Formats: sequence, C-alpha cells, structure tokens
Amino acid sequence: MSDAATPLAMTDATVKLSPPRLSERHVAGALILALCAVLFLIIALPLWALLSKSVEDVEGRFVGLANFITYATTPTLLASLVNSLFVAGLTTAIVVPLAFVYAYALCRSRIPGKGLFYAAAMVPVFAPSLLSGLALIYLFGNQGLLKSWMMGASLYGPIGIIAAETLYSFPHAVLILVTALALSDGRLREAAEAMGTTRWRIFRTITLPGARYGVISATFVVFTLVVTDFGIPKVIGGQFSVLATDAYRQVVGQQNFPMGAVVGIILLVPAVLAFFADRLVQKRQSAMLSARAVPYEPKPERRRDLALLAFAGLVALAVVGPYAVAVWGSFVRYWPYNLSLTLANYDFSAVEPSGWEPYRNSLMLASLTAVIGTALIFSGAYLIEKLKVAPRLRAFAQFLAMLPMAVPGLVLGLGYVFFFNAGWNPLGFLYGTLAILVINTIAHFYTVGHITSVTSLKQIDSEFEAVSASLKVPFWSTFRRVTAPICMPAILNIAVYVFVNALTTVSAVIFLYGADTKLASIAIVHMDEAGAVAPAAGMAAVIMATAITVKLAHLALDRMVFGRLQRWRQR
Amino acid sequence: MTTNTAPFLSVRKLAKSFGSFQALRSIDLDIRRGEFVCFLGPSGCGKTTLLRAIAGLDLQDSGSIQMGGRDVSRASPSERDFGIVFQSYALFPNLTVIDNVGYGLVNRRRPASEISRRVDELLTLVGLPDQGRKYPIQLSGGQQQRVALARALATSPELLLLDEPLSALDAKVRVRLRDEMRSLQQRLGVTTIMVTHDQEEALAMADRIVVMSDGAVEQVGTPEEIYRRPGTPFVADFVGHMTFLDAVVTGPGQVRVGELDLLVANAAPFAVGTPVRLAMRPEEVRTRSITADTPNRFEATIGDLSFLGSYCRAHLEPTHSRSTRIAADFSTNAMRDLGILPGQVRAVAFPPEALHVFAGSGR
Repeated sequence: MSDAATPLAMTDATVKLSPPRLSERHVAGALILALCAVLFLIIALPLWALLSKSVEDVEGRFVGLANFITYATTPTLLASLVNSLFVAGLTTAIVVPLAFVYAYALCRSRIPGKGLFYAAAMVPVFAPSLLSGLALIYLFGNQGLLKSWMMGASLYGPIGIIAAETLYSFPHAVLILVTALALSDGRLREAAEAMGTTRWRIFRTITLPGARYGVISATFVVFTLVVTDFGIPKVIGGQFSVLATDAYRQVVGQQNFPMGAVVGIILLVPAVLAFFADRLVQKRQSAMLSARAVPYEPKPERRRDLALLAFAGLVALAVVGPYAVAVWGSFVRYWPYNLSLTLANYDFSAVEPSGWEPYRNSLMLASLTAVIGTALIFSGAYLIEKLKVAPRLRAFAQFLAMLPMAVPGLVLGLGYVFFFNAGWNPLGFLYGTLAILVINTIAHFYTVGHITSVTSLKQIDSEFEAVSASLKVPFWSTFRRVTAPICMPAILNIAVYVFVNALTTVSAVIFLYGADTKLASIAIVHMDEAGAVAPAAGMAAVIMATAITVKLAHLALDRMVFGRLQRWRQR
Repeated sequence: MTTNTAPFLSVRKLAKSFGSFQALRSIDLDIRRGEFVCFLGPSGCGKTTLLRAIAGLDLQDSGSIQMGGRDVSRASPSERDFGIVFQSYALFPNLTVIDNVGYGLVNRRRPASEISRRVDELLTLVGLPDQGRKYPIQLSGGQQQRVALARALATSPELLLLDEPLSALDAKVRVRLRDEMRSLQQRLGVTTIMVTHDQEEALAMADRIVVMSDGAVEQVGTPEEIYRRPGTPFVADFVGHMTFLDAVVTGPGQVRVGELDLLVANAAPFAVGTPVRLAMRPEEVRTRSITADTPNRFEATIGDLSFLGSYCRAHLEPTHSRSTRIAADFSTNAMRDLGILPGQVRAVAFPPEALHVFAGSGR
C-alpha cells in the first residue's frame, strides 16, 4: 500500500454523518407487515372461506360435518372419488416409469440430441392441458384418423383421460427425475466399477437409491396434477365424472357451494400430502450429495445408447405428435373428410361471440401477472430472506408463501369464489374483474417463484446488507443497485414461468372470469362444449405458440444480452 | 493518540445466547482510541458474535456498548460509526472497483468530483491506483480484499472491524497483506478490531490480544504478555505449543513431577501438597551448555523427531519416568552442532523462569 497517501484527515470533515433519516428498521418492519397482510388476504383468507363453507348449509348456517356425511352417502358423488383415484393411480403408474427411463437416457447415456429430446418432453408445459385432450380426439375420437386403433372402445371416458393426462403430466415427471438423476456422485460409480460390480447391480445399488427421492416426488406430483386437473376430463371425459368436474358442476351448475367446498377439501388432501412428501424428499436429497461430489460423466456404450435412443425417440414422437396433429387439425377445413387447409377456424367469432377478445384478455392477464407477480414475489422473498427484523412475521410470511404449493388451482379458485362472493366482503366489487384474475393467478403460482427467488438470494453474499448498513446506505438502495441486478436471471425466469402458466391455466380462473374478462383457456372449454373442436384447437395452438415464443425469447435474451449487459459475470 | 484516558469503546456485561447455547457470557472490555485489538480464539468461542454485537449486526441479549462516549447498545448498524471487512470480501460483483469504493459516498450527496478524488485517494492508499475500472471477479483474492478495505475506510469511520479478513487468502498473500494492513492502520490511527483464529496473525498484528474461549474472555494483553505469561491453561495451550505435566507443590518455588524436583521462578502462592499443572513451551527446553549445576537438569531419551523446516520437534522421554513425553524444539543449527539423533540419551533442562504453574490437576 502506497506510502505517498494523503492523510485521510483532509477529507474527514466532508464525509461525516449525514443527519438522521427515517429509521430503516421501521421501514423494514412496515414492509414485512404489509407483505404478511397481502399474502394473508390473497392466500389464507380464501382458503379459510373454503373450509368454513364446507361446514355450512346452503343458507349459511353451521351444520358441522353434515355435508361430508351427505357426500359419503351419495353414490354418484362417491363414484367420482373412486374414478379420480383410479385415473390418477393408473396415469402415475404409466408416467413415472416412462419418465424415469427418459430422464435416464438424458442424464446417464451418450445419446445425441439431448437438448432436442428435453425440449420435446417440455412441449405440453406450454399448452393448456385440454389441448392434449383435443389432440387425442383428432387421433382416436369418433372422427379420429386412427380410430381403428381403439378396436371399438370409446375414447371418451377413462381411456381418453388417462392418455391425455399422461401427455400432460409427462414433462413434470421428467423435470423432477432429470434433477434427481443429474445429482449423483460419479465417484460412487467409479468405485463400484473398480471393484468389478456388474451393471445391473450398480443400477440397483447406486442409481436407483440415488434417484429414489426423485421417484417419490415425481409420483406425488403426477398423482396430484391428475387428480386436480379440470381441463382434460372436461373435454374428453364424456359421462365419466371425476372430482374436478364434480366441483365445477356443484358450484357453477347447481350453485351448491357447500358441496363444492367439500369436493375442494377432498382435492386438497393429495396435494397437501404431496407437499409434505416433497419437503421431506428435498431435505434428504440435498443431504445425500456432499459438496465435494463429482458429477457423473457417462461413457459411450453402443448397445445401451442405441436402445435408449430408440426409446427416447418413440416417446418424444408420442408426446410431440399429438400436439402437432392438433395444430394441423386446427387448419383443416373438415376433419377428417376434407383435409385441405384453411384459416377459417381462426375466425373465432363464428363460434364464440367474443371472437379474439379472450386471447387479448389472456395476454393482458399473463403480462400483468408476470410484471406485478414477479415484483411482489421477488421483493417479498428479499424481505423474508435478507432483512433481520421481525423474525416471527418473516416466518409467518414464509409459511404463507409456501402454502399455494399445497393448494390445487381448482381449490384456490373455489376459495376465491366463496371469499370474494361473500356478501360481507368489501372487496366483492373485484369479482368478475381482471384484477381478481391477476390476484388469483399470482397466488396460484406464488410458491415456485418464491422458491426460485430464495434460492437465488441465498447464493449471494449474506453480508451485503451488513456492509451497506456500515456505509449508511439504506437496504432499499442496495436492493436496487446490487441485489436485484445480480438476481436478474432468476427474476426473468420467474416472470416467464408466471407468464406461461397464466396463459395456459384453466382450473382456478374458470370460477372467476366475468363477461368482459373471458380468457382464452375458458373460450377453449366453451368452444369445445359447443362442438367446435377445430376453433378450440386453434385457440389452444395460438396460446401454445405465444408461450413458446416467449420462452424462446427468454432463452435468447439470457444468452445474448446477459453476455454483453452483465459483463461483470465474466472474468 | 492514546493520550485520551477514557476508552473509545467500552463493553459491559455483554451476553447473548442462541437457544440454549451461550455465545457470550458477560463480556467486559475496553478498547482505547487508535488501538489494534485482535479477538483470538477457536471457532465457536464467541469472537465473531462479539464483533457483530459491536457492529450492531446481531444485537446482544443484555449488556451495554459505549462508542466514543455514546451509548449505542440498541442502535442499528447505520446509527453507529464503523467500517467492516469480511472474510468473503462481500464486494458488490455488479459494480466496478470505483463504484464499490464509492458506494458509501454516493449516498451522502457529495459532488461527483469530490467522490472521484476520494476514491482515487483510497485506491492509491491500498496500492491499487489503476484497477478502478475492473469488476471484482477480475481481481485476485488479495486485491479484492484491498478493495473491501478501501470501501470500509471510504467514509472515514472511527472504528474499523475486520472479520477474519485474511483467512480466505493463500499463505504468502496473507503474510504480505497482514503487514500492509498493520502499517496502514498505524498510519491512519483508526481504532481497529480484528477477529481471527490464527494466533500467528494475532501475535504479528495486534497491540493487544483478547483471547476468548467458550463465550468468555480468557485473557487480555499484549502479544508478548499473552505468549510469555499465559494467564490460564487454555491460553497457554491455544497460543503457541505447550507441554502440560501433572505436578505437586513441594515448597515455595518448588514442584515435583514424578520423581523429578523442579524449581519454578514465577510460582503462584500454592500451598504445599497442592496438585498443579506445569506447562512448558517446546522451544524453551534447553540442551546446549548444560553443566552439573544447571537448575532443573535431567536426562532424557530423544524419541521420534519430526523435521519441520527451520527446526525439529522431538519427543523426550525422561529417564526417571519413561511414560512422560515432553515436546522439545531444536533449531536446525542445534541439531547439526550437537549431533542430536533419535534414541540418544541427553542431558536437558527446563529454565525455572520458563515454567508456568496452573491450578488444578490435568484430566
């Protein structure tokens, strides 16, 4: 250090303490309190409304468990429960093994085109769940191209639901299992190979146990997705009723709110179980992998790689194929008799009074949710994770932020109906507006964004706030100048995730839209109900194209702009 | 600088617990203006907790802190006047070196030219005059820590807090930076507290060392005092190497270890027959120019020898009590001059003034 330095005393006088400012601790406390209030309003109160509605009769009198007893003694209602469990169980049994082998091919082999295979598996994420149902109708329905494959059986019922749910839930299982299989210590395998262990034994004693928790997690997630999905049984279920369609019928069809609440609570059970199983699994999984683990690099092995390539190719085709057919179908004049192409199906006003309006509503909803939701979720995570005041309030906010993970969209939607529709609620004016759709969608997808934010915040130095305080820079300046810019990739990730989900979701918003705020996904349901399958597929295709475009733009942005804009990330 | 008699920082009865774990047990401490003080101790001894309490980052459960005559016991960090440097540097990765150093100045609404002059001055001070446009990731660890130091000094704080600032650096860089930080501190005269678990660092840098263990202060003193006159067995053991032997007091200034009677120069007033612990540094074991009337002389077998560069560590087994093992360091010079080899029996001696007597028996 230079000896030629000027004595510091020279500038001492100029940088002494500035006058006292608004106390940071009070600001921090107020913000955390506000966060708690918002989360309580948009998450906890609607759930409470659902719970209390289930123990009331239609007139609002307390009846204890009478509704549950009625449910258990009504054969038609009970049948839906059995149907739901059957469909979800069978779908899970099909999806998890398929997804496991697919993920194994992606992580533990040397097949070419892994990126493409991964992308192919993810296609269903970008479409409303009902598009997979529409796709199967094009292929195997009454006018299906491959109707003969059904050998006389009807698609409309359990077969169609299970097939469509398999498509729809496949990416979610792959995502979890890829993460589980990617997290493995290569040294364990090398040690086993050095001892001359057979491949089958390595698979049984190292690979499977290593991915065990991923398999458990995937099982719960797929089961919950299927039990709580509304779109697919709606379009392809025919007379086969399940819990989700029951809840819709009770509330929208028969205006029997208490019974709808009972169904909602039953739907809550698998989701809550899945949530706790997942928490448990996360803990075990991270403990298994030491910080010094070396990732496994698969070596080429011709026979294994060829077999897995064939498998992955078939599965990818089975996933992407139906979606491609549905998109094709949306351009066809008269399926399957006149296969000439036309844009007529995209003139939605022919079958849907509001025409393209639902698509614009959906875009508006997705954009608003992405902007407002991401800002709320990330700032909230910052308050919870980085500020050291009000530990109890922060723990409460953390609990509320994790809650939506355990609540299926349909159940949350029911809660919103009961809460915002209640006569005493001064917020009732929100019912049927775009605002309530935005609020509900933010709450619905809150947890994933919150976890992403927390993970990203945990990676940055925990002493930034301490350094700022010592330099008398308030935390909000450091949030703006340092924390948010560093976390920009995570913030964009959340925004895109929220945008895509807001675009494709049906389950929660089906209860909440108003005459002027009908969404594209709801228009699809209505057009399908009216027998206009091609326009329904067309609208779904537009949604899918939008979602994929946004995702691709995100990837491009991530690669190109961050390279230049965030020069500080590179040496 | 130290003419002011009132201490700059006074800590009184400071206590803090994490659940059932007592991190700080009623700490009392005074630090004078301009002093360089090291908190030294093993991990979990409470040194970092004490530093963070002084900074206001983690408030204590009870007790008070006075800083520059002001009671800051419940003040938030921004209401206190200090600069801080962490082991992780905690530099803002998305800001250039200039923006990092100027971070605390921008907020004070000073004219840009003044800030820029001040930043230049600080970068020159820490020896990085032309690295200002780089981002932290483009600098070496030692350079990053210099930037962190410049940032902490930018607002001319009255107190500089260093939380293991050198622990993440390579051995060579660590030694160089430690000398530079020490001379910088002396030039600026800023009161400084450094937390470290490295006794060598503390001995080399501090005016005074506060040795801590288990949430309490074991001893406060100059490096020389801490090393030469450890106040407790813990300090004796933690700072430098020490062999402990069980002994019994046999008279004024006399103890007996096994069958060996030893004279001790600075024996505390223990009654005859009291069991005590005798402590001895390996480098104090004498083996040159020993005559028949050298005090505390005895014969010992040289056990295994480990070569440690400039000296060898030997384990001596006294002839009269073979089960006792005493560590002794012999310089490479002595090894050569005296031809010391394993298995030899040699006359060695404990100088009476180098023996420390502590109360209590060993285990």
